[in-house]
Amino acid sequence: MSITTMSLAKALNAGLRRSMEDDEKVVVMGEDVGTLGGVFRITDGLKKDFGDDRVIDTPLAESGIVGTAVGLAMRGYRPVVEIQFDGFVYPAYDQIVCQVAKLHFRSQGRIRIPMVIRIPFGGGIGAVEHHSESPEAQFVHTPGLKVVACSNPADAYAMIQQAIRSDDPVVFLEPKRLYHSTKADVDTDADPAPLWQSRVVRPGSDATLVAYGPTVSTCLDAAPVAAEEGRSLEVIDLRTLSPLDLVPVIESVRRTGRLVVVHEAHLTLGLGAEIAARVTEECFHALEAPVLRVGGYDTPYPPARIEEAWLPDLDRVLDAVDRTFGF
Amino acid sequence: MTDPVFGPAPAQDTDPELVQLLTPEGERVHHPTFDLDFSADQVRAFYRDMVLVRRLDIEATALQRHGELGLWAQLLGQEAAQIGAGRALRPQDFVFPTYREHGVAWCRGVDPVRLLALFRGVDQGSWDPAEHNFGLYTIVIGAQTLHATGYAMGVQRDGAVGTGDPDRDTAVVAHFGDGASSQGDVNEAFVFAASYNAPVVFFCQNNQWAISEPFERQSRIPLYRRAQGFGFPGVRVDGNDVLATYAVTRAALQRARDGQGPTLIEAYTYRMGAHTTTDDPTRYRLTDDVERWKLKDPIARVEAYLRRNGLADDGFVEQVAADADELGERMRRECHALPDPSLHDVFDAVHAEQTAELAAQQASYDAHVASFEEVTA
Ligand SMILES: Cc1ncc(C[n+]2csc(CCOP(=O)(O)OP(=O)(O)O)c2C)c(N)n1
Ligand SMILES: [Mg+2]
Repeated sequence: MSITTMSLAKALNAGLRRSMEDDEKVVVMGEDVGTLGGVFRITDGLKKDFGDDRVIDTPLAESGIVGTAVGLAMRGYRPVVEIQFDGFVYPAYDQIVCQVAKLHFRSQGRIRIPMVIRIPFGGGIGAVEHHSESPEAQFVHTPGLKVVACSNPADAYAMIQQAIRSDDPVVFLEPKRLYHSTKADVDTDADPAPLWQSRVVRPGSDATLVAYGPTVSTCLDAAPVAAEEGRSLEVIDLRTLSPLDLVPVIESVRRTGRLVVVHEAHLTLGLGAEIAARVTEECFHALEAPVLRVGGYDTPYPPARIEEAWLPDLDRVLDAVDRTFGF
Repeated sequence: MTDPVFGPAPAQDTDPELVQLLTPEGERVHHPTFDLDFSADQVRAFYRDMVLVRRLDIEATALQRHGELGLWAQLLGQEAAQIGAGRALRPQDFVFPTYREHGVAWCRGVDPVRLLALFRGVDQGSWDPAEHNFGLYTIVIGAQTLHATGYAMGVQRDGAVGTGDPDRDTAVVAHFGDGASSQGDVNEAFVFAASYNAPVVFFCQNNQWAISEPFERQSRIPLYRRAQGFGFPGVRVDGNDVLATYAVTRAALQRARDGQGPTLIEAYTYRMGAHTTTDDPTRYRLTDDVERWKLKDPIARVEAYLRRNGLADDGFVEQVAADADELGERMRRECHALPDPSLHDVFDAVHAEQTAELAAQQASYDAHVASFEEVTA
C-alpha cells in the first residue's frame, strides 16, 4: 500500500505520469500543456521529465489537435489530448464526431483510436463565457465514443490510466471546480474498480440520488442534511456515462422507489432524460414517484455573478427529494 | 536553406520589413509608402488616448486584484496598435474585436465600465454593437474573423464599397492574435475574404505570445506573409508605433472601402503583462525579453517626440495625467455600483420569441426563489 494525500489535479498529474512511464507510446498534447503545465497545471512537470516529443505544445487549433491525434493513433501512439476548457471543444467537434468516433466502425475494426480527450468541465469557478459548460450529452449521443467523468482524487488517478489503456476513444471529463478544492488519500498501489462501472458512494434506503463529476459532492452534502429530516439517501456516482452502467441504480431504485438525477448540464436531453427512461422501463412497479431531474436550466450558462443560482445546489437537490416524497 | 528541387524555404522570422514612422527614441522617420503628415493636435490626441487606455487597463487589473472582477485581460504594451487601428476608422466602419481590444473599444466610444461589467461577470457584453459599430467581445479564438468577413460581404451587397462617397464606403476590421492565426476559422476567413474580395482588414496583434506559447509555435514565417498565399497583400507594422499603425490601417481601410479587397496587417508588438490576471508568465518567459520590449514603449516614444519638438509641455502632460486619474476614479466608483443581474431575466434573453417551455422553467425558478422568501419572511 502506498497512500498519498492528493488534490484531484495532482491525482490526474500522477496518473498521467504513471501512464507515460508504463507505456512509451503515450503522448500528451494540447495548448499550453508543455512549459506551463496546462492552465490548470494538470500536466505540470511532464515536459521536463518526458521531453517535448511526448508532451506536445500544439498550435492554437482544436480541430488540428484532435485531427493530428487521430494520425498519431493510427501510427501506434496513444494520444492524450487536453482541451483547455469545455467551451473550446467545439472547433474539434467535427473531428471527434465524424472521425474519432467512426474510424473503428468504418474500418471494421482495422483501425483503432486509443485516444483520450481530457476536458475540464462544469461551472462554479467565476469564469467568463465558454469556461463553464457541460457538453457530455453531445458525446454520449455519439456512437463510437466512450465518456467518463471522475469526481474524486482516487478515481481520477485510476480512471485516467484506465482510459489511456482503453483501445477505444474516451472523452474524459474532469470537474474543474474540484481540481484544487478536494484533497483525499489515494492508494497508488490499489487495484482499481473497473472503469465501466458506476458505484454507490453513500448507502441509503429512502431515495436514490444519481450524479457524476461535480454534482457528486453536491449530493454527498445533501445526504446528511436529509438525514436530519429522517430521510436516508443513497448516492450513486455514475463515473461512466457511455457506456451507462445503471445496474447499481436499478438495484437501488427497486429498494428506495424514488430517484433524483442531478447534473449541471442543461435539463433537456441531458443524461437525466436517458436515465429516467431506462429506470422507468426497468423499475416501473417499484417506483413510488416519477424520476425527477435537477439540472442546469435550458439557457446558455449565465454570467458568473449569478452562476450559483443557475447551478444545481443543495437546496434544489433537497427540494427535488422533497417532491419525490410528495407523490 | 535551398532545396535542390523545391528551391529556397521561406525566410524565417529574422528581420522582415517593419513599417515605422516613429522610432522607440521618439525620432520621426519616413516611409516611402505609408508616410503621412500628422498635426501636433493629432499626435497629442494619440498620446492622450494611449495614456487613458493604459490607465483603464491598470485600473481594471487593480479591480481584479481587489476581487471586484473575476478576470481581466490586460492590453499593457499594445496601446499603440489599438489606438492607431481604432483612430483610423471612419464612423461607418465596423469592428469585430477579441477580448483584449479595450483600446479599440475606447476609440469606438464604448464606456470602459461596460468592459468591467463583462469581466466582473455581470453580463457578457452590454453595449449595443450597432450603436458603436463595435461587435461584442469574442472569446472563442478566431470565430469573429469569419463574422467580419460575412459582414463585409453584406457591405458589398449593400453597394457600400467603391462609390467614392467617403461617408458611405465602408470597411470592416477583424481583430485577432498571433495564436488565433492557427485556427481553421481564421484561415477560412482569409479564403472567403479573398474569394469575394471582401472589404475587410485583418488586424493581427502579434504580441509574441498565446498564453505560454511563443509565436514560433504558430508560424515559421512572419505572419503578414501568409496573406500572399491567400491572394491578398500583407504588411508588418511596428505595433508600438501609433503613427505607423494609424497610417497603415488607414491605407488598408481605404483599400477595402475602394473595393480593392482584404489586407492583412500584422502589428508587431509585445504583451507586457500576463495573458490574463490568472496567468503567471514567470513560468514560461524571461524577464530579459520584457525588459528589452520596455525600451520600445509605445507611450514614451510619443512623449519624447512631443517634448523634443516643443509640441507638448509639462502642463499638457500633467493635464492628461489628471484626466487619467479622473477616469480611474470613475471606473472604481461605477464598478462597485454595478448591479448584479437577475437569473429571472436570463430566461428572457435566450430567444427573440420566448418559448412556452422556457417560460415554464422561468416560472419554476421564480417559485423556487419565492419559497425561500416565504421561509425568511
Ligand atoms: C477556441 C479556443 N481555444 C482556446 C482558448 C483559450 N485561450 C484563450 S486566449 C488564448 C491564447 C490566444 O492567443 P492570441 O491569439 O495570440 O491572442 P492574445 O491572447 O495574445 O491576445 C487561448 C489558448 C479559447 N479562448 N478559444
Ligand atoms: Mg498573442
